[in-house]
Amino acid sequence: MVDNNRWGNFFAHLVLIVGVAIVVFPVYVAIIASTHPPGTFVRGVMPLLPGPNAWENYRTVITEGRSRAGTPPIGGMMWNSFIMAMAITIGKLSISIISAFAIVYFRFPGRIFFFWIIFLTLMLPVEVRIVPTFQVVADFGMLNSFAGLSIPLIASATATFLFRQFFMTVPEELMEAARVDGAGPMKFFKDILLPLSITNIAALFVIMFIYGWNQYLWPLLITTDPEYYTIVMGIQRMVTGGDSEPLWHLVMATVVLAALPPVLVILFMQRLFVKGLTETEK
Amino acid sequence: MASINMDKLGKVYAGDVRAVTDVNIDIADGEMIVLVGPSGCGKSTLLRMVAGLETITEGTLKIGDRVVNQLEPAERDIAMVFQNYALYPHMTVFNNLAYGLKNRGFKKADIDQRVRQAADMLEIGQFLDRKPRQLSGGQRQRVAMGRALVREPAAFLFDEPLSNLDAKLRVQMRVEIRQLQKRLATTSLYVTHDQLEALTMADRLVVLNAGRIEQLGTPMEVYSRPATTFVAGFIGSPAMNMLPAEYMRGLVSADSLAHLPSKADLIGIRPEDLSLEPAKENEMSLSGRLMLLEPAGAESHLHLAFEGIRETMVVRLPHVPEVTEGSTLTFSIKREKLHPFDLATGQRVT
Repeated sequence: MVDNNRWGNFFAHLVLIVGVAIVVFPVYVAIIASTHPPGTFVRGVMPLLPGPNAWENYRTVITEGRSRAGTPPIGGMMWNSFIMAMAITIGKLSISIISAFAIVYFRFPGRIFFFWIIFLTLMLPVEVRIVPTFQVVADFGMLNSFAGLSIPLIASATATFLFRQFFMTVPEELMEAARVDGAGPMKFFKDILLPLSITNIAALFVIMFIYGWNQYLWPLLITTDPEYYTIVMGIQRMVTGGDSEPLWHLVMATVVLAALPPVLVILFMQRLFVKGLTETEK
Repeated sequence: MASINMDKLGKVYAGDVRAVTDVNIDIADGEMIVLVGPSGCGKSTLLRMVAGLETITEGTLKIGDRVVNQLEPAERDIAMVFQNYALYPHMTVFNNLAYGLKNRGFKKADIDQRVRQAADMLEIGQFLDRKPRQLSGGQRQRVAMGRALVREPAAFLFDEPLSNLDAKLRVQMRVEIRQLQKRLATTSLYVTHDQLEALTMADRLVVLNAGRIEQLGTPMEVYSRPATTFVAGFIGSPAMNMLPAEYMRGLVSADSLAHLPSKADLIGIRPEDLSLEPAKENEMSLSGRLMLLEPAGAESHLHLAFEGIRETMVVRLPHVPEVTEGSTLTFSIKREKLHPFDLATGQRVT
């Protein structure tokens, strides 16, 4: 244990404060930058105190966007991102919980083989398989569509693996008790396994939502129609789009707004998460 | 209500691992049979085969008039109480009890009535809205019982239901389960590794070892005439003393063992069959040096050693005698209380 002395405490706190500062500082800069008028950044010096233009900047990005540079108002992009993130999250959760159920509770030929196949895909990030995936999506005519944005990202080895690990900790007697009580496999899944998995689902929901929301490369590749732009790639368009200097004040306002939904999801799900942790117990 | 017939039941796992061999048990309607044996003897496997949680690889199992070998657990009309209770943690006690009924399509009013009746019987009425984790071990045990009896099944199957309880609660629940079972007169199969539980609860008990039946009989039959050395050592506490007959011949007068068959080369003596009274007719006497006296309140255990013999002997007396450790004591025992065994086969002779 750490000694409870003055200097130890001081040092520990110092390390923690420095750590927090390093993490928070860029966020702080983004928020500050989003409150300044356009001219501030041309000098090449980042202000560290709030400027006067907060209201105007946020109003601009929300209502107008940078129409001339080809980026729509961010409302639409936020909505697109939300749809994509939700589709990916819900898709991932449903598919992985069902496949984990199959792998843990059913004895079928090739069970271990399929598990390892799923597990192997953990080692292949989106970027590695991006070219073939693009080809497939293009051939299916899913470019510039929500289906194209979300379906290729739905398969999730991570979630399958985590659900599998969780299911293996559920006492086998529960399944047997359910069998004696006349519950078939799907009834057991619905009535017992699913309610017991709520906390895991909540935790994975947070992780998957942020994963989906933060997708950058994939939407960038398959959407050319501004109607399907997502917010994260929209930021990129904002920076590179147009001939003029990047309008950092607007970019930063967009960045701050883009960061809000994940924060909200965490805040909201955290409650459910804690509630789940305190209310259920194996 | 139904009888259960096991005809040459056997279980072989993949890879030729034998768990249960040639088990024949007929359980009469309303009878309570206890399966007892050391861990790994196949008693739980056998119970799970009856429940339908393990497939039956050999033999025939009948519940009532139906052969149920191929039926799902739910179709066998049995209810099971699990060792760790296996209550559904996210459901209230009410829903835990009601779940099996709901799945069977009972009407809501009927479910409600049955659950309340079972809850009253088990005195868990005030916990119906709680979750299992808010209950104590004994209360969870009652809920698990309740889940079995709301269904009014043909048979109860108990898989070491008391082993997670503390000693005091175990005795209390043992009595309650037995009373309940007698009152409902539901055919029951009860698995335990505790010989005392087996003796006290069973109408008849089955001693299993290495997947085979060693002996089947009423508790007193099994206790007073153990069929094998295994049963003799497993049932009864302290365990039966086992002395080779040749040592015995050195300890007692020659004609004392004359009534035993010649094949009896191992002699068993229950610790409580020895007494400090002088030997009377048809009794023999036996002297040993007292190594240790263990007083236990109402009774005492005396550990004896003998000249030139490694084997020691435990004597259980219904009182605490005034003796000093190190002294030589003479005990008497009725001749018919000797249990003769064949050392080579482990079988009782006569």
